[in-house]
Amino acid sequence: MSESAEAAATQATSRRWAGRRQLLLNVVAVCGGIALWGAAVSFSRVGLPSPAQVLARAIELIRSGQLLVDLVASLSRVLAGFALGVTLAIPVGFLMGWYPTARGLIEPFVQFFRMIPPLAVIPLAIVTMGIGETPKVFVIFLAVFLSSVIATFQGVISVDKTLINAARVLGAKDGTIFRRVIIPASTPFILVGMRIGLGSAWATVVAAELIAAQSGLGFRMQQAELYYDLATIFVSLITIGILGLAMDRLLLALETRLTHWQERM
Amino acid sequence: MSAKISFHAVSRRFAHQGASFLALDRLSVDVADGEFVTLVGPSGCGKSTALAIAAGLIAPTAGEMIVDGRNVRGPGPERGVIFQQYALFPWLTVRQNVEFGLRIAGRRAAERRATAQRFIDLVGLSDFADSLPKVLSGGMKQRCAIARAYAVDPTILLMDEPFGALDALTRVQMQDQLLDTWIRERRTVMFVTHDVDEAVYLANRVIVMAARPGRLAEIIPVNLPYPRSEAIRLSGAFAEIRNRVWRAVYHQPARPPDGAVQANEKEMR
Repeated sequence: MSESAEAAATQATSRRWAGRRQLLLNVVAVCGGIALWGAAVSFSRVGLPSPAQVLARAIELIRSGQLLVDLVASLSRVLAGFALGVTLAIPVGFLMGWYPTARGLIEPFVQFFRMIPPLAVIPLAIVTMGIGETPKVFVIFLAVFLSSVIATFQGVISVDKTLINAARVLGAKDGTIFRRVIIPASTPFILVGMRIGLGSAWATVVAAELIAAQSGLGFRMQQAELYYDLATIFVSLITIGILGLAMDRLLLALETRLTHWQERM
Repeated sequence: MSAKISFHAVSRRFAHQGASFLALDRLSVDVADGEFVTLVGPSGCGKSTALAIAAGLIAPTAGEMIVDGRNVRGPGPERGVIFQQYALFPWLTVRQNVEFGLRIAGRRAAERRATAQRFIDLVGLSDFADSLPKVLSGGMKQRCAIARAYAVDPTILLMDEPFGALDALTRVQMQDQLLDTWIRERRTVMFVTHDVDEAVYLANRVIVMAARPGRLAEIIPVNLPYPRSEAIRLSGAFAEIRNRVWRAVYHQPARPPDGAVQANEKEMR
């Protein structure tokens, strides 16, 4: 029996080494990419900014506080829409998975609106909700809601029936089965849905700001475009990428923490 | 004394994509209190269906399922069920899995812990009490499931091919451990298997079933003393009973006793 514990330990060690190797390769790849970018700029006549120029502009924008203002504007829209979307999607997804009646009533709407890119709703949102924060948050909310609700619903309907039966024969009634079996068993699905939702939230916020906003990273890029200010566009793009990556990693860490019980391949 | 578990002409018909088929045809069997019976038969003989009906997980379409003199209406903690796929909650540790039923029964934490510990020790999982199921081997998972079923103190254990997914060697060890546990903590056991050796080694009586439709073929008593051991497994008396069960399973009458099956086969098409 200690064999399996030993095997697990050896496996953990080898996995740690494999992890370090991967990280090293990642760093090499990023440095290589930046070097390639620099080389490409200095040899071509496209007029793209070099890494050094972009870095200089980034420092300038950080010093003036401009980057922080834009970042906070975009981030708060994403977080508000994301929080609202997830908060509504989880109960609705559970409802759909648990009660066939609710599923019958809600599913056509979810499936239909899922086919409409959230960005396509922006004109409608601006006309009906004005040009304030509401339409932008609404569109992000919609994007997050639609991806999370499907994931939650999928999670509930794919819970192993044997686990439900095992709970029932131990005396569990519906409420207990829901709390102690359905919720934990569908957590991995919900977290995957949240990660997908976050990705679409970022995509949506930038696009919404490009169309109608007075602040935010998307708005800054749109302004920079008017002045042919490529360095600022680059700074905005890189900021969006880094923020999105950071938030995704945060959710991934949450996922690993909450679903470490899963048997992984 | 009346039987602990009684099947009274229990039938179950399943509907599938417009067609329906008879999974179990008028099964009548009595199991006495404290008895260990095994159900054996080819696939499609309705042995798992019969067990699920006794567990209250599915309802019979005809006949009466009686446990402790009462009609079965859904599952109950007095009937513990052990599944082939273990059905451990993967997000709970061995201890939390074993405590699951006790928690539902509203037992206090100290009592839960003591009871769970007793059964974890009984099945020999003391060193893994705080491990998650993912680090356990198949045999250990099934021992955990047995401890979980025992913990809520059922009077009946219903086991659906519990050792079906284990290798031959582990299987034999698990059989000995199960009998060992059963002798110390005597319960009425119904054990479904497709392994003739297993059926004979464990049981007081072997219930042989026939397929299409699933029905009773023959009940074969096993007059071998407990505790059973390797000596019994290799004895001539064991071989004799085993041969009888084998013939009952593999040389079943080609036609069922009445016309029920022709109608059934038409429906299957």
